[in-house]
Amino acid sequence: MTHGFRTAYAIARKDLRTELRTKESLNAAASFAVVILVLFSFAFPLERDEFYAISGGLLWLVYSFAGALIVNRGFARELPNDCLDVLIASRAPGWAIFLGKAVAAFLLLLIVEFICLPVFGLFYNIRWTDSFGSLVLVIVLATWGITVVGTAFSAVTVNVRVRELMLPVLLYPMIIPLLIGAMEATTVLLSGEAMAGDNLYSLQLLVVFDVIYTALALYLIDYVLVV
Amino acid sequence: MLAVAAERVWKYFGDYPALRGANLEVEAGSCMALLGRNGAGKTTLLRIFAGLSNPTKGEVRIAGTVGYLGHGIGVYDDLSAFENLTLFGQLQGVADPAKAADEALERVGLTRVKDGMAREFSRGMRQRLAVARAFLHLPDILLLDEPFTSLDDKAIAVLQSLLEAALAGGSTIIMSTHQIREAMELATHVAMLERGLVVHTGPQNPEMLADPAWLYRTYGEKQ
Amino acid sequence: MREKATYLLGALGALVMISNLHTIFVGLPDDALQGMIFRIIFIHVPADLVADLFFTIALVTSVLFLARKNFIYDSITVACIEVATMLILVNLVTGSIWGRNQWGVWWTWDLRLTTQLMKFVLYMSYLVVRPAIAEPTQKATMSAIIAIFAYADVPLVWMAIRLPNVRTNHPSPVMGNGKMAAVYNAPFGMGMLALLLIGSALVLLRLHQETSQREIDSLRRELHAA
Repeated sequence: MTHGFRTAYAIARKDLRTELRTKESLNAAASFAVVILVLFSFAFPLERDEFYAISGGLLWLVYSFAGALIVNRGFARELPNDCLDVLIASRAPGWAIFLGKAVAAFLLLLIVEFICLPVFGLFYNIRWTDSFGSLVLVIVLATWGITVVGTAFSAVTVNVRVRELMLPVLLYPMIIPLLIGAMEATTVLLSGEAMAGDNLYSLQLLVVFDVIYTALALYLIDYVLVV
Repeated sequence: MLAVAAERVWKYFGDYPALRGANLEVEAGSCMALLGRNGAGKTTLLRIFAGLSNPTKGEVRIAGTVGYLGHGIGVYDDLSAFENLTLFGQLQGVADPAKAADEALERVGLTRVKDGMAREFSRGMRQRLAVARAFLHLPDILLLDEPFTSLDDKAIAVLQSLLEAALAGGSTIIMSTHQIREAMELATHVAMLERGLVVHTGPQNPEMLADPAWLYRTYGEKQ
Repeated sequence: MREKATYLLGALGALVMISNLHTIFVGLPDDALQGMIFRIIFIHVPADLVADLFFTIALVTSVLFLARKNFIYDSITVACIEVATMLILVNLVTGSIWGRNQWGVWWTWDLRLTTQLMKFVLYMSYLVVRPAIAEPTQKATMSAIIAIFAYADVPLVWMAIRLPNVRTNHPSPVMGNGKMAAVYNAPFGMGMLALLLIGSALVLLRLHQETSQREIDSLRRELHAA
């Protein structure tokens, strides 16, 4: 168990270090996200106040696009030089390999998201600082959901010929309930409503989603990695 | 004592059996050369020993820690030589990964370039780094899949001397190979695979060294 | 023999379906509120129930494949998911026709319709990704994982579309919530039986195809290896 967590940490650090050196997926995801943010202002030519009603939806569409780009690299990063074989043949347990990669993708996506958030606020005149604490909670919960499902599918598709095409095909339908919950919670917060009463259901949904898919992924990853 | 044993191991890819009940026993401290044509099942068997693939049927027993050197070099291009090896040390649970990495770099003669990125290395240097990686945790059992293929002269020399030292230190080596001459300098035993079965195992003998074709003639598939 | 039994099953299903259609159209009076169109319910609802049954079988066989690595489970999974996805499509199309007649729109983001659509999209991704995986063992393993993930998603979708704001954003017409009159029980049961028989026949047919395909693939590999 301890060895597992230690190797998960080592793998997460390795992924972050190589990514921060090359910035391949960070640059791609951040610039793509900003372009989508710009495009939305033409897609929805609304008044300032009307934007609040769709703010959560806009933000999470952008975040999920960025997320697909980030998790796409997940296990694909292990393909050159057959590094995946080395990871699996080492003493690191499968769940630790998965956890390390999921945590790295999670942190990378968070970086992109917190770059986008002020840009989003700026373009659409949306105050996002008022309930910043709750907003961070929603972002963290939903981002973990995206990355845990995304990293699992990046392992599932790692040996597929058209990997880059298949990952989004799997990822988006699966995270629909998560995105619905995140969109609603975010809209509630940005509109200045309190995260209380019925509004708490969306947070519950995020937690349930995270728990179910984290458990499924950690439990099933050995079947994926060693066939 | 047996270091590695495979008992009636089957491996199916779909309905196609790559291994059809292969039996193999490798004594601790010996060096076993796996011979056979392409598609005979050498790589599949080694991958099962390395834990990269599950046998469909049958049993595999491994007594000790394993070092694996496959077709790819298993090294990250965007990490330095030293970072690559410390990462691997951490994965293997080595007590002092940094020290182990330094020692491994010393063994393959890469100490001078330890902070250089693997992507900037020449082909030969990358191969030596791969060898350092496989030997880093001084494993009891070394699994090498066609280790001499595509190595340059210097890397072959490094690998040969490391393998000799490992063997002298009591490690067990299993390697698949087409380069019978290079393999025979080290191999104490030979196993011949044919269509998913081990058709012959036994100690090395002088005929094998003298004439690589002898083995295939004697134990190979009858035409 | 197996094929004959399959076709027999299908023929039996077709017979039940035809006789039931006769009952529905000739034997039953128009509904007081909905008129003629209510008859669609005898196909619409059974299609979903049978689809859910096959999705559940697919979940069980996916788990069994991972546990036992027997390819028959993989074949059953893909056969069930293909037929169930098609039945969901039947459910969506009939629901859409019914909605056009009753609500005046082909589509509305009603809770049930949305859930069905999500199921369709989820399992479509299974059917799209599966053929892209070349090696048979990998194909079967990854498919099983996707099937398990997809099944787990359905209750979450159910939860998500009931969130307070999602609901108020999309006014959802309520389907008849009263109990069905006793006279409808028999045709409804027959509708279930018909789709169950036809569905099972289709599943068995796909199962034979999958098994033969795998045998052909293995013979081809054998040929290349020799």
